[in-house]
Amino acid sequence: MTPRKVYLDNSATTQVDKRVLEAMLPYFSEDYGNPNSLHAWGRQARAGVDKARAQVAELIGAQPKDIIFTGGGSEADNLAIKGAAWALKDKGKHIITSSIEHHALLDTVKWLGKNGFDYTILPVDETGMVDPKELEAAIRPDTILASIMFANNEIGTIEPVAELGEVCRKHGVLFHTDGVQAAGHIKIDVKELPIDMMTMAAHKMYGPKGVGALYVRKGIKLIPVIHGGGQEFGVRSGTENTPGLVGFGMAAELAANRLAGGEIDNEIRLRDKLIDGLMERIPEITLTGHRTKRLPYHASICVKYVEGEGMLLLMDAAGIGVSSGSACTSGSLEPSYVLLSLGLDHPTAHGSVRMTLSKETNDEDIDYVLEKFPPIVEKLRSMSPFYKKNQ
Amino acid sequence: MYTEKVVDYFMNPRNAGKMDDANAIGEVGNPRCGDVMKIYLKINDQEVIEDIKFETFGCAAAIATSSMITEMVKGKTITEALKINNKDVAEALGGLPPAKLHCSLLAQEGIEAAVADYFIRKTGKAPEGFKANATCTACGGSCGGDAGHDHEEEEETFVSEDHRAAE
Repeated sequence: MTPRKVYLDNSATTQVDKRVLEAMLPYFSEDYGNPNSLHAWGRQARAGVDKARAQVAELIGAQPKDIIFTGGGSEADNLAIKGAAWALKDKGKHIITSSIEHHALLDTVKWLGKNGFDYTILPVDETGMVDPKELEAAIRPDTILASIMFANNEIGTIEPVAELGEVCRKHGVLFHTDGVQAAGHIKIDVKELPIDMMTMAAHKMYGPKGVGALYVRKGIKLIPVIHGGGQEFGVRSGTENTPGLVGFGMAAELAANRLAGGEIDNEIRLRDKLIDGLMERIPEITLTGHRTKRLPYHASICVKYVEGEGMLLLMDAAGIGVSSGSACTSGSLEPSYVLLSLGLDHPTAHGSVRMTLSKETNDEDIDYVLEKFPPIVEKLRSMSPFYKKNQ
Repeated sequence: MYTEKVVDYFMNPRNAGKMDDANAIGEVGNPRCGDVMKIYLKINDQEVIEDIKFETFGCAAAIATSSMITEMVKGKTITEALKINNKDVAEALGGLPPAKLHCSLLAQEGIEAAVADYFIRKTGKAPEGFKANATCTACGGSCGGDAGHDHEEEEETFVSEDHRAAE
């Protein structure tokens, strides 16, 4: 019998769905034309790109022309922030973001801060929530843009995007949200939400890596980050990654079907089974992020008295793939800034473990993790100078 | 990332656990930085390390280096034990990734701190050049106090039993 393998690192990346792969394959060696060419080969490829754009737009209730394809989520974040900042630089120089954003966002904002812009980084509460009132208080007459993520990658918390967007709209501030972790996993309709721009990435929803998109509401002007042949409505030049975009389109369509079919309810059930099961079996662990306002596939905890890397490696040896925000996994001495933003102390943050489920995760997988994880924690705790058994 | 030997010494740690009848205990590191190593020694009248145990809070490399150094010094006199340095530990493990070299230094310092404790218990003070329980060596001192982890404002969330007794 082959030992069970349970991949629970779907926030890092997901397995490409077979139907996505099948949709992509013809565009490598059959429909290989440049979508910008006028001949039959080009038209064939263009049809693939157009379909993909419509599929991605459909997932979030947008119009196809509001979707700008990019080379991934980080690039889409860069385009949104730099592009809007440059386009609005005569109107104002102030940008607002939060302390738990992805580096693609935070580092871009900080870079702009060194290049003539000013920024405010909003704190979060102990569940990782940004308070819309604090956003409103941070808005100045020269504020041009605010960016708060839809849901956080490390702690799974879903931000109050509707309220945050309303605040921005009220004050005439552009609102961008990094939807990389959320898109395709929870229902998002830009017709109903006051979102001006949203980042998405194919590989977080069973699509290929290196493909992303920025939703840009009609009428918003962006200065390109990549100049060139004027593809993607002049905002993102470069010959389209046709197979990648086609894969993204199919992944978006499948995600939309899952969301409509209620498969998310089962994902939430399994997530809660995992969280509750761990809480029952392992003393002195804490859930990080919000208990209910969290991504359906996301479980993240901090285990006291032990360090994350050891747990990660022992889980790996048991055939379970997880991640950690401990210092040792980040290559520095500091644990994750996201966990520290929640007010966790350093030793606790060093003991973080993130488990993110996929659409294929089943009850047996969760049972297996619940069987394997507690003895791993016990083994490491028995070696820890801080852990007192039966205390 | 890790050699097979590191993985082995992490997965199957030698001499792990606490020792109730130790006559020397060293504790080094800083929970803030994610590494704390506690070394228990039983040293006999001939100054031979008869028994040794470790407890470590830290990554796989920290556990593997603790595990390795306990094996290397067991049965040696304290003079011999003190000659084993961080490079010897790293070498015995078939090498460590550069980011983890400080773990081997922590192991060396753990032994030094335990030996210092032995002399403190025996004579009332540590020999010249010895630090008992080093306040921050989790980074092997390599941070120079400014690598982002603030030594001054350390939050003592985890206080080990010995520290608690001293308070």
